[in-house]
Amino acid sequence: MTDQTTAATPGPGLAGPSRKGGGPSPRDLAARAASREAAAHQGTAVPSAPSPAPPDPAQSADRGATGSRPPGPAQGDQGGPGGRPAGAAQPAEPAARPGDPGLAAGTRMTGASALVAALERLGVDVVFGIPGGAILPLYDPLFDSPSVRHILVRHEQGAGHAAAGYAQVTGRPGVCMATSGPGATNLVTPLADAYMDSVPVVAITGQVPSSLIGTDGFQEADISGITLPVTKHNFLVTDAGDIARTVAEAFHVASTGRPGPVLVDVAKDALQATTEFRWPPTFDLPGYHPVTRPHSRQVREAARLIAEASRPVLYVGGGVLKAGASPALLDLAELTGIPVVTTLMARGGFPSSHRQNLGMPGMHGTVAAVGALQKSDLIVALGARFDDRVTGKLDSFAPGAAVVHADIDPAEISKNRRADVPIVGDCREVITELIAAISAEYQAGQRPDLAAWWSQLDAWRSTYPLGYDQPADGSLAPQYVIERIGEIAGPDGVYVAGVGQHQMWAAQFIGHERPGHWLNSGGLGTMGYAVPAAMGAKVGSPAACVWAIDGDGCFQMTNQELATCAVEGIPVKIAIINNGNLGMVRQWQTLFYNERYSNTDLDKVAQTYDEALSREHAPRRDPAAGGGTRIPDFVKLAEAYGCAGLRCEDTASVDAVIGEAMKINDRPVVVDFIVHRDAMVWPMVAAGTSNDDIVVARNMAPDWDVTE
Amino acid sequence: MNRHTLSVLVENKPGVLVRIAGLFSRRGFNIGSLAVGPTEHPEISRMTIVVDCADHPLEQVTKQLNKLINVLKIVELEPAASVQRELLLIKVRADLESRSRVLETVTLFRAKVVDVAQDAVTVEATGNRDKLDALIRVLEPFGIKELVQSGMVALGRGGRSITDRALRPVDRAAQ
Repeated sequence: MTDQTTAATPGPGLAGPSRKGGGPSPRDLAARAASREAAAHQGTAVPSAPSPAPPDPAQSADRGATGSRPPGPAQGDQGGPGGRPAGAAQPAEPAARPGDPGLAAGTRMTGASALVAALERLGVDVVFGIPGGAILPLYDPLFDSPSVRHILVRHEQGAGHAAAGYAQVTGRPGVCMATSGPGATNLVTPLADAYMDSVPVVAITGQVPSSLIGTDGFQEADISGITLPVTKHNFLVTDAGDIARTVAEAFHVASTGRPGPVLVDVAKDALQATTEFRWPPTFDLPGYHPVTRPHSRQVREAARLIAEASRPVLYVGGGVLKAGASPALLDLAELTGIPVVTTLMARGGFPSSHRQNLGMPGMHGTVAAVGALQKSDLIVALGARFDDRVTGKLDSFAPGAAVVHADIDPAEISKNRRADVPIVGDCREVITELIAAISAEYQAGQRPDLAAWWSQLDAWRSTYPLGYDQPADGSLAPQYVIERIGEIAGPDGVYVAGVGQHQMWAAQFIGHERPGHWLNSGGLGTMGYAVPAAMGAKVGSPAACVWAIDGDGCFQMTNQELATCAVEGIPVKIAIINNGNLGMVRQWQTLFYNERYSNTDLDKVAQTYDEALSREHAPRRDPAAGGGTRIPDFVKLAEAYGCAGLRCEDTASVDAVIGEAMKINDRPVVVDFIVHRDAMVWPMVAAGTSNDDIVVARNMAPDWDVTE
Repeated sequence: MNRHTLSVLVENKPGVLVRIAGLFSRRGFNIGSLAVGPTEHPEISRMTIVVDCADHPLEQVTKQLNKLINVLKIVELEPAASVQRELLLIKVRADLESRSRVLETVTLFRAKVVDVAQDAVTVEATGNRDKLDALIRVLEPFGIKELVQSGMVALGRGGRSITDRALRPVDRAAQ
């Protein structure tokens, strides 16, 4: 790959580190694609070109001409750097297969075939999707692809979250597909979700033929317009000749810089038209130049602050995982002895078992982690974005702290909290350079004594550890269930949560030791994320034991993908933490709305319905089910979907039931854990209040001056 | 709140304007005025955006704009170091009795009359905001029938061009 040349630098008068350009080549997609291909081809037939265009006279002639050309040499005009066409700004990865006779330069094929050929060359092995009218032309050649497996989901939202789950465990862009109109709009939620959590996802949607665009045609929706605010970028393609290049650009944009979702909307006539397939394509992205190399002066300035601070904290966010910087972070932490807090998105980025890990900061963070940020004199933010769930009330957040903020996205720096030392760059490079710069400071004799700071932190940690009470009525504690799943499946397990109480407990009580083993809907907070994301994670990491920790509310939003899992042979394990309620909302009603449980009880039988309609099939309270209705019966539902269904209602049998679920690997397993409905997530910083006002348990504030 | 003038070079592609406008609205920034047109390079359009905001939000606007894939370059043009112009077309009531006084005003402002009717004249004026506001104020008593104003366009003073550097990557790769 040739160097990514620079772009425009912003002109005078622009404050801050908004450099645009100057980065080295992006992460090496080409090598990855090549190794993917090697892996994908093992034990499978040698892949050939996607099926050529449907036979029509003109095209047959073309095929004849191309077919007669000898393989190999025909690609000469793309081979060496010298052969690149003039104006080539950013050549894409040269992953074309030399021995592929059907795909010599300029092979004629339909836009649809070109799209499939591009996916193959980009190393895509799995696509989650569901076809429909406008995207039908694409599904025809896709049917024949030897290396791209299409997993037929039951709802487009499932495809989107599955692609995100796949991306989170593999580090490669996940791909989802949908047709125009409602198919595309159903992707909006997962795209927004991936946008908030910076997950590389490429969505390919069919669009009505270009002649119908703008006419309110059947199943027409302006999906590129709709997804503008929730994608990193999107494209509308109406010319078959642009398809391969655009798809390659989409992968490049999705996976480089700050990763994110990219949507490619392709008009049906572009899929059907014939074009020349050229690979590798030449990128046309003159305005896209993510900065990955940090500015060395900023790094030295950060090192100087770190070497002087007496109460420093490493505030680690999801960017560290995206950059593959966990090993470097461990080195940095151990070199400096600085305490680490890992955000919801960064759980696993630094081992939870490590002595320096204080836990998760934020609304439901540990007292030690929240206190460390509040009382620190230096926050070193690495790939984190000072989200409101972390900072609490912003103007009272960490009042005494100077801030070093490293992020690959310049717009995150000083967005919420002003940075004293802004560093734009890839976290791995930043941390590596920081280590060198700090070592130099240490060698120069500048090294702070953190003993007093640590004794303070240890006092908070030992006085206010995470914990929970066993319910007095003998019912099951949800935290216990989640803790046991984490212990039994161990650090090799992949844990996927949706949003709500179960998500917070899973973040708190599972021992997150490794990056890429904890997935959840962090930024958007999407109910329904877990089941399809677990499906995608299992596809991306087939050997891993994938546990979705889901709430009964969340589960009912996307559980149709159990059918996909069962039919496609994706044996995920799903723990429904079933409290019969929208638990987190209920918790807020308990705390802030005088226990007025307006529409959070999923198990409630409407009084009017119960009394007025005493017909045979009206839902009944089941005394054996604690007075609830247990609608739906999740065990029966699981079985109906071809999954194993288990239930657990008491503490004594938790281990046995989890063990049973662990043994089932030939189909998905759903375990219905009936848990206490009034369990709450603690500690808690109420929304809009200061982190200083964290509550350890109901009506119980920590004493910040506690000593060991 | 300060008034800032941003000159934004963007790819000349469909949908770029809506990306920029959409970014402003969803991030809660106000556009004072926006003018867009082609440049000396057919593949590049230039937008002049006037933003009313303090310095910190301006930095956010700039960074967010820079993230848009179709944005090539952003430069803030300081009023002192740039030429900033708006265009005003204004239709003023002017009958036989008042026409000469209208024309006198037009001359004073170095504006010109571009259309004449029985009872009105249409005046074209260019200038900065203050000048055009003053012209409108002075013409007001005659009776303004309608008026239309363009967004501001601006160029930095001196011999340098902001488009040169934006094109450099393409040039370099082609070598």
